[in-house]
This record gives sequence, C-alpha cells and structure tokens, in this order.
Amino acid sequence: MVLRLSELPEAERVHLAGIACEPMAGRPWVAAAPLAQRRIAIVSTAGLQMRGDRAFSYGDGDYRVIPGDADARDVVMSHVSVNFDRTGFQQDLNVVFPIDRLKELAAAGTIGSVAAFHYSFMGAMDPKNAAASAHGLAGLLRKDRVDAVVLCPV
Amino acid sequence: MREHTEVIRPPRALWVTFELGRPFGAPGDPALQRRVLSAALALLEAPSGPVLADYPETIAEPDLTGWACPVNFAAAPAASDDRASILLREIGALAPWYDRAATRSGRTTVGVSGLAIPEAARFLVGHLDADAPPAAPAGVARADAIKRACEDLKAYYIEALGAQPGGAGSVHQQAEWLWGETALGRLLLDLYPILTASADPAVQWVGIRLLVPATQIHRVTGPIHPRSR
Repeated sequence: MVLRLSELPEAERVHLAGIACEPMAGRPWVAAAPLAQRRIAIVSTAGLQMRGDRAFSYGDGDYRVIPGDADARDVVMSHVSVNFDRTGFQQDLNVVFPIDRLKELAAAGTIGSVAAFHYSFMGAMDPKNAAASAHGLAGLLRKDRVDAVVLCPV
Repeated sequence: MREHTEVIRPPRALWVTFELGRPFGAPGDPALQRRVLSAALALLEAPSGPVLADYPETIAEPDLTGWACPVNFAAAPAASDDRASILLREIGALAPWYDRAATRSGRTTVGVSGLAIPEAARFLVGHLDADAPPAAPAGVARADAIKRACEDLKAYYIEALGAQPGGAGSVHQQAEWLWGETALGRLLLDLYPILTASADPAVQWVGIRLLVPATQIHRVTGPIHPRSR
C-alpha cells in the first residue's frame, strides 16, 4: 500500500480515515512451497478491464478478468476515483499491474510460474460488495493452480 | 494506506512511499518495478506473520528545470465561439500529439466511454444546459456516461501532452496544466455546480466526489459541497 494518511489532501484524508477497517479474523497464515515453485496471480483494485468489457461503476464489487497473455494495448482503466494519479498507468501498465515483471521473474526462476488469469476489482466500493465475488474467485484461482497472489492496491 | 493495513493485519504487506496510483514505482523503470515486486514476493518466505515491511527505496522528484508549459496550438477563441467549438478546437490541436503518443507507445488508455473523443466532448458540453442535457448512450446510466467521458478526455489530453516537446512534466505539472490551462479543465470545473445540483443521486455523486480531484477543488468558483473537501 502507499503513503500515509497525513500525506493526502484534506478531503481525501478525511474520506479515507473514515473508512471502517476490520482486522482479519484470526491470524491467517499459510506456509507453502518455496517461492521458486509458486504459481502467482495478480489481483488488482485499479479498476482494470479488457477493452470492450463492461466498465466499472461506483460501488461495483465484481471483478474483470485480465488474461495472462493480454496485450497491454487492450487493458484500460475504468476506476471511478479521481484522487490518484493515472498518468503512470497511461505510460506503463506495469506501474499498477506488473504482469511483464512477473513473467520476467518466472523466466529467471525466481518464481515457479505465472497464472493463466489475473483479476481486477475496482477499489471504490464497500468491501462487503466484493465478498461473494472474492469467494468465487478463490475457487477459480485454485483451478488455475495458483498458490500465491499479489494483491495490488492503487 | 499504512494506517489501514496496521488495523487489518493481513498476512503479508509491503508499504511503499510512491505516488498514489503508482504502487510499483515509476513508468518506464522495469528494474525498479522488478525490485518492488520481488520485495513483495519475498514476504511469502517470511517464517511467521503478520508481516508489514517497508520498501526502502523512494523516488526523487524529476529535475524538470526548464520545463515549459505545453504549447497550445489552438487558435485564440473568438468572442462568438461556443464552448463546444472552443473545446473541439483544443482537441483538434492535440490530435497530432495524441496520435504520435499512441504510435510511439503502441497503446492508448482512451476507450472506456465507447464514445469518440469529439463525441465525448459534445456530450459533456451538453450538460452545461442543466435543463436539457443530451441523452446518454443507449444502455448506459447517465452518471456512468458522464464519468467515463471525463476519464477518456483526460486520458486523451495527458497522453497527447506526453508526446509534446519537453514531455509531460511531473504529475503535479500535468494536473496544473489540465485543470488550470485547458478548455477541458474549465469545462469540468464548470460542470461541478451543475452535476452536484442534479436531481439524479448518481449524477450528483459524480459531481461531488468523482469529477474534480481534491487537489484541484480550490479552482471551483462558487459553493463547494462539504463532501468534496
């Protein structure tokens, strides 16, 4: 995650400070295979979608699928917030969705493999809206033999 | 935000100090992006958790000494020009730079609205008439259509800016240019009071929270909704 609340403009600081965060139940922790054997997927909250997909609306809790072989030209952003910089993404997809970097790490043997499918939510929503989608997504990740996920906020 | 992560206590988290919207560092810097990603993935081999680690690198502000405001090739507006004509002329002046940017990078992020850029511009200008706004595209809620047209136009402008001599400048300079120097910026600021007064709650919310960034809200003339500050 990025920055501290104190570094934000007042409106954003007040808005984000007011978000109720709940501690994770228990202390979830899974130790698995070494990193060099892991199959990794990216799950973003940057509101990314394939060009032509249904765009995100405010509050949407569902996700879009970003195939692992997607061309960067076909990935666009329909996040609704205006309070983060998009110019980095406009210049380089990997600033928010490091798919090429992940592939390089796989080629170098640092990780085992890259998942066939990756996913993006759109972060301007009550997380409760995403609960059902997230639960369903866990099953899809398992089917894709993914055993580790990089959760990428924006 | 780090504060949120400290409360949620996920199994593994990496805190970075980069600009919001750039979690993996800087565009065009694959080495840095790889280091950030590697640092995050390395947390998978931590012996126990929860782990909240601080990424040590920061990004220095670029040295933009001598960066000049982008050249605006649009002809000065005549007194009789309407808002649409002024905006479309500005869009036309940027077109060669937008095309150059798209050719050079092989990519554009414009397209979420489904409208061509001139069409998106006319659609937004039409909302200056609060009593008779234009119809939204079929099957799209008006609020969504407004929001997506705004984002496509902003993307068009910023991508064009990046292709001009001197490049796009810093994130701050890009925002100051778009919101302070362009007809698009003026249009979006002028839409603020109209959208925030809409009878449609979704359109109203676009105006209040999803139109003008907090860093630019001071440019709005007239009352500012408390939830916009």
